[in-house]
Amino acid sequence: MAAGEEITLTGHIQHHLTNAKMCTVDGSVAFNKACSEAGFWTWHIDTLAWSIGLGLLFLFLFKRAATKATVGVPGKFQCFIEMVVEFVANNVKDTFHGKSKLIAPLALTIFVWVFLMNLMDLIPVDFLPAFAGYVGEVGFGVDSHDVYMKIVPTTDINMTAALAIGVFMLMIGYSIKIKGVTGFIKELTLHPFSASNGFVQALLVPFNLLLELIALVAKPFSLALRLFGNLYAGELIFILIGAVGLMQLPLHFIWAVFHILVIVLQAFVFMMLTIVYLSMASADNH
Amino acid sequence: MNLNATLLGELIAFAVFVLFCMKFVWPPLIGAIEARQQKIADGLAASDRAEQDLRLVQEKVKQQLAEAKTQASALIDQAKKREQQIIDEASVKAQSEREKILAQAKAEIDAERIKAREELRKQVAVLAVAGAEKILQRSIDAAAHSDILEKLVAEL
Repeated sequence: MAAGEEITLTGHIQHHLTNAKMCTVDGSVAFNKACSEAGFWTWHIDTLAWSIGLGLLFLFLFKRAATKATVGVPGKFQCFIEMVVEFVANNVKDTFHGKSKLIAPLALTIFVWVFLMNLMDLIPVDFLPAFAGYVGEVGFGVDSHDVYMKIVPTTDINMTAALAIGVFMLMIGYSIKIKGVTGFIKELTLHPFSASNGFVQALLVPFNLLLELIALVAKPFSLALRLFGNLYAGELIFILIGAVGLMQLPLHFIWAVFHILVIVLQAFVFMMLTIVYLSMASADNH
Repeated sequence: MNLNATLLGELIAFAVFVLFCMKFVWPPLIGAIEARQQKIADGLAASDRAEQDLRLVQEKVKQQLAEAKTQASALIDQAKKREQQIIDEASVKAQSEREKILAQAKAEIDAERIKAREELRKQVAVLAVAGAEKILQRSIDAAAHSDILEKLVAEL
């Protein structure tokens, strides 16, 4: 019995950390365990659904405020939305000195979207997966252990990597737009080591290129892994707390209180680093 | 750590969200915020200006009030002076009038008296003649002795 419980606990945790998958096997749609061989063309439908749903919620709320925005006395809802917008606008203004119509909306989208996705972490870990299992069992006749539901999209590396790659593509785009292709290549090859002698300079180019490429690629990696790591760890601890019986109530509360900080902070850090990276990319220093 | 097609889906979703935000959400919101900031700044400036205007007007009012006060007191002084003058003039006039009336009255009284005396004298003369006539009966001729009677009348 003890051994069985051990297995169930591990299984419980494993179950919580597994995404709901969808793929096509032999031309027909398959789910979850049937997708173990599908490789790259697997879709995490829970991550996609929750993230896109939250993204739409963000756009809906802000669009509504934008439609109703008046120059006169704002209502409470408009005030709240404007506070967020102004907070982002101030951060962008302080950090990004170029002129861009994209950076501020990008920063707002990242901040609010990541915040909303992180916020899902505060919903008690068993609520929605259990509900999804119930729906799967009753509605579709599937064993509830075969229904997976990971409700925090930012604990999926695909989500954070997608954000980071998006930012990375913008970094490359801005670099080329501001400095030109040659300017960008020069930046990658002529620094940090430079010499007045042409031959020595040519010898230094590989080192420069190596260093600069690592520095460049490290940025999206750090973006993606920082957010993923923080949220994954937080989620894991919630799952572990959820497995300790009644004692989970005070523990869950304490960890949730700490985690509120992580949720906001990680959203803010992702936004700030995006702004900083893009302002570095568009600064013509060399 | 299994990267899969979810990444592509999220990338597309990310791009769409950012584009939507850039096109439809950010501009009206930041526009409204900036317009309101401008409005508030204008309002504050206007209130500053109004305050300054008020101070200026208050100063002007104070100045005008002081001016009016001095003017009023000057007017009052003038009026008092004029009053005194009118009283003086009136009293002088009244005095002269009184003197004139008195003099006229005196002259009239004198004339009356002279007239009365003349009358009296004439009547005395008549009386004297009548008396003398009675006494002398026929002896005295009024016409022949009128020069004596005239002399008598003049002596009265």
